[in-house]
Amino acid sequence: MPTLPQFLSQAFNGIALGSLLALIASGLSIILGALGVLNFAHGAMFMLGAYVAFVALGAWGSFGAALALGALALLALGFALERGLIRFYYRRPPEDQILVTFGLGIMMVEAVRYIFGPLSQRVPLPGWGQGIVNFGFFLYPLYRVQVIGMVAVLLLAFYVLLYRTRIGLVVRAGIEDATMVQLLGTNVQRMFLVVFSLGAMAAGIAGVIYAPLSSVIPNMGEPFLVECFVVIVIGGLGSFPGAVVGGIVVGEILSLTTLFNPAYAQAAIYAVMTLVLIVRPRGLFGTLGRA
Amino acid sequence: MSKTSPDRRSDRVGKSAASRRLSGSLSRRGLMQAGLGAAAAGLILTKTTRPVWAQNYPALGTYPDGVSGSSIFVGGVFPLTGPYAASGKDEQLGFQLAIDHLNNGSRITDQIPSLKKGGGLLGKKIQSGFADSETKPDTAVQAATRFIRDNKAIMLTGGVSSAESIAMMKLGQREHVIFMVGNSGSNDTTGKDCQRYGFRAQPSAYMAAKALAPVLAKELGKNLKAAYLVPDYTYGHSVYDSMKQFTAEAGNWTMASEQLAPIGTTDFSSYLLNIANSGADVFVNVAFGADATASTKQAEQFGMLSKMKYVVPNISQFQAKELGASIMGGAYGTQAWWWTEEDTYPLAKLFVEEFEQKNHYKPEWGASEVYIQLMVWADAVARAGTFYPIEVIKALESGQKVPSIYGDVYYRAADHQMVRPVPVMVGKKPNEMKGPDDFFQVLQLVPGEQVLPPIAETGCKMPDINA
Repeated sequence: MPTLPQFLSQAFNGIALGSLLALIASGLSIILGALGVLNFAHGAMFMLGAYVAFVALGAWGSFGAALALGALALLALGFALERGLIRFYYRRPPEDQILVTFGLGIMMVEAVRYIFGPLSQRVPLPGWGQGIVNFGFFLYPLYRVQVIGMVAVLLLAFYVLLYRTRIGLVVRAGIEDATMVQLLGTNVQRMFLVVFSLGAMAAGIAGVIYAPLSSVIPNMGEPFLVECFVVIVIGGLGSFPGAVVGGIVVGEILSLTTLFNPAYAQAAIYAVMTLVLIVRPRGLFGTLGRA
Repeated sequence: MSKTSPDRRSDRVGKSAASRRLSGSLSRRGLMQAGLGAAAAGLILTKTTRPVWAQNYPALGTYPDGVSGSSIFVGGVFPLTGPYAASGKDEQLGFQLAIDHLNNGSRITDQIPSLKKGGGLLGKKIQSGFADSETKPDTAVQAATRFIRDNKAIMLTGGVSSAESIAMMKLGQREHVIFMVGNSGSNDTTGKDCQRYGFRAQPSAYMAAKALAPVLAKELGKNLKAAYLVPDYTYGHSVYDSMKQFTAEAGNWTMASEQLAPIGTTDFSSYLLNIANSGADVFVNVAFGADATASTKQAEQFGMLSKMKYVVPNISQFQAKELGASIMGGAYGTQAWWWTEEDTYPLAKLFVEEFEQKNHYKPEWGASEVYIQLMVWADAVARAGTFYPIEVIKALESGQKVPSIYGDVYYRAADHQMVRPVPVMVGKKPNEMKGPDDFFQVLQLVPGEQVLPPIAETGCKMPDINA
């Protein structure tokens, strides 16, 4: 059996892992909820954020600049894609939507591979993120602690936007029933544009934040995309609180399972997802009957 | 997202369907025995340079369909996407250099007696093509199958993960097409999964561990506790088993923790925390490719690399370049080959020069493995005087030493493991480097004979040559 310190260190790590999943999944989830489009290019957008970080840090050496540029670049990309492509797919069958976003993802990955090559790019930790925190019974990288803080701030901002502003009200109403919102005279097209752009931006910011932690390679978004699908199934399709809680749940499962058998960590998240689908198919925070 | 990159066939298969049909029918023994003058005339007209006695072999695999024209086809299946993409690209460049050298001659082929003539093989130009395996065994087998079916490939090579390499070896056995393994470190490749049609140049996990362990015991100390990060498939399990066995024998090391992680993991924090909490003195990282880069970077951030000794049994291609010498400096491990071996082997020096001139970087060991595999195969074909697979296999199994970029090498007939030196190395710190690519110091080149497993221990039951 694992000792209490081992358990606590993994529980903490679960939060760190889960917070990032929550940030990526929240964007994926509100796009799915409001637009009804499952964005298979979301992992690639996350990857693009990491490459923006690589380029920006190389040019200016400032993490703040990288974060701002990553957010803006993906916001702009999301804007252009929604206007130029995605909006033509709202009335098409889901398989068309999946194919078009899937294809977009491939194009982004291959474009990056063409420009930067297959080797991983080195993105250093920001100066203020270097160091190790001693929690007494375990050591933890300072930057990963800061990531929890950064993600918490971003999710809070997302929450305020969705729950405390008029545009958030429209978005949430749109998630419940887009047709009704339109009949009531609100411009849902503009709402769709906002949601898609914000979702892309969330993925881009997550990519910038994650870049110093891992190998920045063209395929880096793939495993995250898959884990985010699990997150939103567990949390509830289209639900913002669901994505946040689901992210933490998946992070904890990934972390705590390694205490008992590391080989089962990945399998365990699918086992829990299956359990949720059987016991509560709409997910923890999903509502019944939503399309 | 999985995706299929378009087949980037570098060359057209230069043979019209009509000529293939004609020469294909000519090769039928009955027709020849009948001694039809028309057939003989047809032979001259199609300008086949195949010696007449070669007609006596029965059809087998892609023989004779794949060799009846003026050219033959060789296919490479490399992971150009996925976690092992960097290694796959390196293999592809080694592959293209070898094809170029075989077709047009080079300073290297000049020094291999059977290949001195240049101008292709047995008078035929070598056409080639390559495809992406996506680091996945099923995609690899599909691509290899297309090369066999559509291009009548007479030989295939490639693979970086042992899972994809073994899958393609099995396909080669079934289809009777020789597969010269690109990368594969698992013991199973020349052990329980050994194939008559598969040949592996890379040292097995057993050989690498047996060469490395005495150096570790001497340099890092005895009676240490080691914690392992292990990719959860045949390669990882194999390296773990062999490292555990030989570090126990050579240095009385014990195992503190084994963390199995799936291939393609991007965040290793939970596994690394367990290793940091295990009380181990040594961190043995078996992860490969992009996984090796990510896990090493994360281990450094967890402060593990300054607290623990760092061992990488099989150092990935580009790992030091991607991470930097400040991280890889002081790490012990093996590679299949490192470019400073040019100081020992004259052909390696030529290889580094030719490769760098073309691709503008020092070749890594993926390129070297595929290159040497093509040369050793071509030598076997030249010595056999035919592409008939059984004769080529016999030539490869003959124990004939071939001059190569790893010195003189040969294949052990019983398990198809190449007998070749194993370089044991340590990472140089930034201030020890003499140039931008001088990441490793080769401590020893352990002769292959000294570290080969006894055949009985490999578990290899070699299929019959006619199987």
